Amino acid sequence: MDISQIIFYCTATFILVTAFLAVTAAKIFRSTIWLLFSLFGIASLYYWMDLQFIAAVQTVVYVGGIVVLIIFSIFLTHKANDAMPKPPLMRQVLAALASLFGIALVLYLVYHHVFITPPTTVINANIDTIGFQLISTEKGGYSLPFELASVLLLASLIGCIVIAMRQGTAQVNSVD
Amino acid sequence: MSQSPLIQILFLSTGLFFIGMYGMLTRRNVITLLMSIELILNSVNINFVAFNKYLYPEKLEGLFFTIFIITIAAAEAAVAIAIIINLYRSHQSIDVDEVNELKW
Repeated sequence: MDISQIIFYCTATFILVTAFLAVTAAKIFRSTIWLLFSLFGIASLYYWMDLQFIAAVQTVVYVGGIVVLIIFSIFLTHKANDAMPKPPLMRQVLAALASLFGIALVLYLVYHHVFITPPTTVINANIDTIGFQLISTEKGGYSLPFELASVLLLASLIGCIVIAMRQGTAQVNSVD
Repeated sequence: MSQSPLIQILFLSTGLFFIGMYGMLTRRNVITLLMSIELILNSVNINFVAFNKYLYPEKLEGLFFTIFIITIAAAEAAVAIAIIINLYRSHQSIDVDEVNELKW
């Protein structure tokens, strides 16, 4: 058991514990902060796997973007400190049973599957390799999904504004 | 324990997925449901990256899937939060048990 494995086990425990606290904490704001820690743990797992670009994207988009969005929406829809009602015991037990059954099934299947590991070649995940393949128009390039993602982001931007716009502001402005 | 750490990473992502599923099944608040979905998406991302790194290290397809999933998750979270704010305005509540007009 070398140092790399110890680091992995610490990261994995951290991720799982904070994720579990994120789905069970009674106060919604605490739950969000636990989710933040869990996402940080996943980013550090990507660092552990030596994939710096994915770790950076994870940190910037999830930790810096989505969690901040969630915190904003909590402040707009909740009193910050009131606890959520506890789910009924029956639902908790059934959900725990379903999840444990799923975990047991998947772990059994994964454990008994023989993965054919290739002779060790190191993955080449430099930022320039990723970037060139992302905008390449050759075979295996990802320029079309890249452009589609930009259209999707624009559409969701406009959609968010339209959905969250207060009804009737246009008339008020025109009267003013 | 001489094999690659792939199987341990798969154990981790399985645990994360089913923690997210437990949250989906127990919580009744739309924002916490969204957080559970983020956990599930993250476990899928870990799987993609791990399979790419340890089984097909000469390609980069898993990394691209992860990048696009992160992009689309950001768009999805933004739209979901716009819907949540609109829902709160019309119902004064974001509990899924109280918002049931479309339930058949």
